[in-house]
Amino acid sequence: MADHLLDVKDLSTYFFTHAGVVKAVNGVSFTLERNETIGIVGESGSGKTVAAMSLLGLIPDPPGKVVGGTLMLDQRDLRTLSDEEMRAVRGNDIAMIFQDPMTSLNPVMKVGKQVAEAIVLHQKKSNSEARRMAIAALARVGIPDAPRRAEQYPFEFSGGMRQRVMIAMAVSSNPDVLIADEPTTALDVTIQAQIIDVIREMQFEFNSGVILITHDLGVIAEIADKVMVMYGGRTVEYAPIDEIFYNAHHPYTWGLLSSLPRLDASKKVRLTPIEGQPPNLLFLPEGCPFVGRCPHELPQCRGEWPAEETVAPAHGVHCWIPVDQRLALRAELPHFKEPAA
Amino acid sequence: MSLLEVSDLRKHFPIRTGVLKRTTGWVYAVDGVSFDVEKGETMGLVGESGGGKSTVGRALLRLTPATGGNVTFEGINVMKASRGEMQKLRSDMQIVFQDPYASLNPRMRVRDIVGEGLVIHDVGTDAERKKRVAELMDIVGLSPEQAERYPHEFSGGQRQRIGIARALALNPKLIILDEPVSALDVSIRAQVLNLLEDLQDEFDLTYVFVSHDLSVVKHISDRVAVMYLGKLVEISDSAVLYDFPQHPYTEALLSAVPIPDPQTERSRKRIMLEGDVPSPADPPKGCVFHPRCPRAQEICTTAMPRHVPTPGADAGERHEVACYFPARFKDGQRFVADEPFRDALPEDQA
Amino acid sequence: MAKWDSVKPERDLYGSNLTETPTVDARRTEEVVEETVETGAKPLGLWADTWRRLKRNKLALVGLGIIIVFLSIGVVETAFYQAHLHIRSSSDTRANSHVAGYLAPYDPNEVNYALSPQGVGSPPSWKHPFGTDFLGRDVLSRVLIATRIAMLVGIIAVAIALTLGLLLGPISGYYGGAIDSVIMRIADIFFAFPYILFVLLIMSVLGQGFQNVFIAIGVLGWASFARIVRGQILSVKSMEYVEAARAQGAGDVRIIFRHVLPNSMAPVYVAVAMAIGGAIVTEAALSYLGIGVQPPESSWGLMIAESVQYLASGNWWWLLFPSLALTTTVFGFISFGNGLRDATDPKLKE
Repeated sequence: MADHLLDVKDLSTYFFTHAGVVKAVNGVSFTLERNETIGIVGESGSGKTVAAMSLLGLIPDPPGKVVGGTLMLDQRDLRTLSDEEMRAVRGNDIAMIFQDPMTSLNPVMKVGKQVAEAIVLHQKKSNSEARRMAIAALARVGIPDAPRRAEQYPFEFSGGMRQRVMIAMAVSSNPDVLIADEPTTALDVTIQAQIIDVIREMQFEFNSGVILITHDLGVIAEIADKVMVMYGGRTVEYAPIDEIFYNAHHPYTWGLLSSLPRLDASKKVRLTPIEGQPPNLLFLPEGCPFVGRCPHELPQCRGEWPAEETVAPAHGVHCWIPVDQRLALRAELPHFKEPAA
Repeated sequence: MSLLEVSDLRKHFPIRTGVLKRTTGWVYAVDGVSFDVEKGETMGLVGESGGGKSTVGRALLRLTPATGGNVTFEGINVMKASRGEMQKLRSDMQIVFQDPYASLNPRMRVRDIVGEGLVIHDVGTDAERKKRVAELMDIVGLSPEQAERYPHEFSGGQRQRIGIARALALNPKLIILDEPVSALDVSIRAQVLNLLEDLQDEFDLTYVFVSHDLSVVKHISDRVAVMYLGKLVEISDSAVLYDFPQHPYTEALLSAVPIPDPQTERSRKRIMLEGDVPSPADPPKGCVFHPRCPRAQEICTTAMPRHVPTPGADAGERHEVACYFPARFKDGQRFVADEPFRDALPEDQA
Repeated sequence: MAKWDSVKPERDLYGSNLTETPTVDARRTEEVVEETVETGAKPLGLWADTWRRLKRNKLALVGLGIIIVFLSIGVVETAFYQAHLHIRSSSDTRANSHVAGYLAPYDPNEVNYALSPQGVGSPPSWKHPFGTDFLGRDVLSRVLIATRIAMLVGIIAVAIALTLGLLLGPISGYYGGAIDSVIMRIADIFFAFPYILFVLLIMSVLGQGFQNVFIAIGVLGWASFARIVRGQILSVKSMEYVEAARAQGAGDVRIIFRHVLPNSMAPVYVAVAMAIGGAIVTEAALSYLGIGVQPPESSWGLMIAESVQYLASGNWWWLLFPSLALTTTVFGFISFGNGLRDATDPKLKE
């Protein structure tokens, strides 16, 4: 199984702060194929954004450093590349869409020019050629009247339109991997739906692999093919989409699912939150970071990080609770939805 | 008499331009909003940005002066309350804010933040106030010792609990919850929602819950009011909202919310709204939703439909909508009439 | 969204789709990284946190060291000065006695023509490390005693400016409207006038003498403090915790003193450090021009002025040492002020 588009193994990114070492990402592995979408789910401090920025080589050093792992993109280990090669990778092979399209655009430069600059930078096109391509790119992401809109400034665009511009910039170089970090979180729900559609279309058009980072399990259910659930810098569960929603094995995943108010619930059900507070990344235990909040904690949970256990095809989980016991516990959860036949 | 009666509430912000700061236009943030809230219920106020829902929350408490309309709390007109009446209202009506970081003064200890209302309203002695703060900390699930700390020593969820404790200090009857869980992580959000539900039962509270998150609003509210561009377009029992939306904007909003269930997601059809929300400084003529509405007809461009109760048992009681072509439900069948809904027509045409 | 500038900061106005629904990590990626780093850190108090960041700024620490050294010299020499005055006034018979300072090796005013053979002083030697001036006075002693004036000017002048600024700035910022316009237009006038010219004008009214130097510099400095405080207050008063206090029923006085001012001060402390440096330079300039401190009193500016007349004779030490003292002190205050600004502004962090 060597020919993944992206193959991340044992990625670890630490931050060396005045107060101690923050293990923001700790031994994370995943793969991504063309035309596939992986959703990385987690709460603040889970390491999901740091993991993506490690891929892009954008961890500020100091205080951060990718301390371990291999990041293979099409047979090339990104960790061995020079700064210059990494810059080329960022524009051409991996592109990123950020959460806040307002602060990611230059407020005093015309939108068309910003997209064109991205093209000139990475594709060595002439200015007029780049301009033409920029307008085409804007039109492709669904900006109506693109030639005129290209002459406008970011403040004349709504949030949703700005996010389209960001996508146009990101896909202008036909990237292999598109990282979208909470691309819809700052947008209104009706606009969110539009943006997710655009991302999907772009993925289809360029055969890209998409890494979608989000805290919103609804968006995950909508577009992800597989899901990596992160907690305290660790991957706790990694599985195809339906497996996560209907055959989850990790108590944290259960907790996330039963914390969600459901729009489609016919009667009012009391939520089952995860008790306690998010962990302090400076004082993560040696073992599972979920200890202290996990309602089913065992003595060995504090000792060592459990190895990955494969519970179904392509479905891995890190948990010390024996599998039969896990299934019994899960059956008692009020919200749990058994896999549909 | 309802606990809170809001009628024709309006809040227009002036747009001032130039050196002379002349008013060159108005932002119609809230434009003719009416609803009642019964004692003990939770009214959800939902909508997208520019909808005006947060402004409604603030205008109810007179934190921002309204341009027009009336707000009546227990028979007292909030808009015209005297200084003395207002002091009384301040302890009866409280607010919890969205941002757990910006809503707590970073230079005050938690005990002073939670107890500030008691000091302002001169409730009890120092010792009694201290006891009350400890009690409040306990009520919201924090330990009384933590009251000696400063806000930055707490996580987002804990800070939101502090904000709730502050709101409870004076035994209010009504609490405006302005996006109280939007800034919180999923697992913490559920904790705070459960806490709010428990407090409501325990202290017989009435809530106005303002949020952009339809799932959250539906979960916590008894009734849901949907706002669009400063207007109320639909009020519905939250139990029937998902299955029987009548206004096309509500339908689109519901269908745009992704459901955390892949199988449901694959089978759902999404109503895609074209374009963006127009500027509240230049709202469309006629029905404010008509430029984006899939059902819009000629009549929709003439005047804003009136906000009126709709018949039909399936759609629940107390169901109100402002639409000429609302969806109707009969014997489990959904249909839209060809003729405009008579009750919604402006008075001179009806 | 330039044309919306004058609209009150409401969260749900047009164009702010972005701000309506932030979650805890609704921030830019760099900030997420920062948060990751910061959530790991044990929360510190606001001052402890500022000090932690300041400690890492070597230049600021050097500045702080310089300030401490010169302040100490100033304090010790002031104490000496008082004692010295006492001796002089208590017994006329000892009027000619030579009194060395606690730090100064010689009486700074002791004229000794033997040490100024050609009337141009003598160069640095072991006995007089900074040399002597044209009257044979010990330059080191004079530089040390002049420190007293420099520190007094810095502190007293800035204290006057700060008092005025803290009085007018909050009024301007909190109440706004016409009061604000009047105060700020007066401030503009103070800014528009050439600074030294303005000081000269005031000095010509008040008369010469170093007490009047304090007053002139102080009176002129208020405008910048008032502006800083006003700007801070404008941003702080729209914070949610201020709104929360208002919802609790807090009055203006309470809001200003408990909530707004304490959270507006950080940039003021920075400005104070910078302004002290500026005041010292102004005093030197005035003394150089001959309208500040008068002989036989010693001031760095005065010493520089005296030395310049003899520059042609190659007596570099008169010029060098007072100039060095002046530059070092000002550098100390400015680099400390810069460091303080970086340390208190989380956006410039690390």
